[in-house]
Amino acid sequence: MTRKISRLFMLIFLLLTAEIVSASEIGPPQVGGVLPEIELLKPDNPVELKYLGLSGGGFFKINQIKADVAIIEIFSMYCPYCQGEAPHINNLFALIENNPAYKNKIKIIGIGINNSIFETNIFKKKYKIKFPLIPDGDFKLHKIIGEVRTPYFIVVKLKGAKTEVIYSKLGALGDNKVFIEQIVKSSGLK
Amino acid sequence: MKKKIISASILICFFTASAYALSEAYKNNIYNPGELKPIDSVLKVKVGQVAPDFTLKAVSRKIISLKDYYGKKNIVISFVPAAWTPVCSDQWPGYNIVKDIFDNYDSILLGITVDNIPTLYSWTNQMGKLWFEVLSDFWPHGAVAEKFGVLRSDGVAERALFVIDKKGIIRYIDVHNINQRPPLEELIRELEKLD
Repeated sequence: MTRKISRLFMLIFLLLTAEIVSASEIGPPQVGGVLPEIELLKPDNPVELKYLGLSGGGFFKINQIKADVAIIEIFSMYCPYCQGEAPHINNLFALIENNPAYKNKIKIIGIGINNSIFETNIFKKKYKIKFPLIPDGDFKLHKIIGEVRTPYFIVVKLKGAKTEVIYSKLGALGDNKVFIEQIVKSSGLK
Repeated sequence: MKKKIISASILICFFTASAYALSEAYKNNIYNPGELKPIDSVLKVKVGQVAPDFTLKAVSRKIISLKDYYGKKNIVISFVPAAWTPVCSDQWPGYNIVKDIFDNYDSILLGITVDNIPTLYSWTNQMGKLWFEVLSDFWPHGAVAEKFGVLRSDGVAERALFVIDKKGIIRYIDVHNINQRPPLEELIRELEKLD
């Protein structure tokens, strides 16, 4: 019996270790690479659903977002730097939404690592965030994207056969206008 | 054989707990103690009882006594085990953005650890400006944690929440698994129950 229990523990350990080692080996998504497939909980807010070009409940994939480019912010409600960066990302959102050349072509989402819906909603309310924040309460998405620190920004091209990563970086974005110019150039957006 | 099983369990849990304190604010300054015994103390207080009074120094240099708030504010005490550790570093920054909720329920928050003031000063500086008092239960070491029955055998406090009403009565206790962050929604639900 003890041997069986021991084998079971070792099996669980090996499976978990393999998953974790593979996440840390993969590391963050690389520019020029393909974003690993992730399934995100659809927002229950109709305005946010419409913003993403989605309908109904359940889950969605990044390449289902109705846009040419998606900016993904990996954050946590409990992360002081993410809190500090929130107004800056709101400004980025406003710059995009107020420019007809970018509106509907560039969309932003946030993924709240180890945050419940309650917690992402608190973050949204506190900083008056208008783009969707998706909870990742059990670190599931976090493991797939290489267990990055926060805040982390990934930008992907949504047009084409693959979801190609065109930006992948830890920390603040810096000048929003420069950032937009950079992703417009990298994505070939016109 | 038992030792092997325990070792495997600890390793599994260590990896699970290591995903806290991911904020770049802490860079590589977080020490991960690995998975710890979930609870390692015996409570000395219970819901419905008057909370034991205490006086501690705060990082703000104020001297804070629990009784100062009686008749004025409800009190939430958040004991966390140690500065510069993963889960603790991922708890108070969340409380720091919900002052409005505490205000709605006429409540204040007191954060307590057994670390000394300079350590707490350095650590909490990474969290931005905190609206709540952070108290040091360093000397006599862990005396307040001991009064409440949340001092662990290794000298750090449990990860514990106490909600105390304006009359000084303990209304809620959550001695949480030290390896996990208590869900914020549960604390808010308890604040909602206060008169």
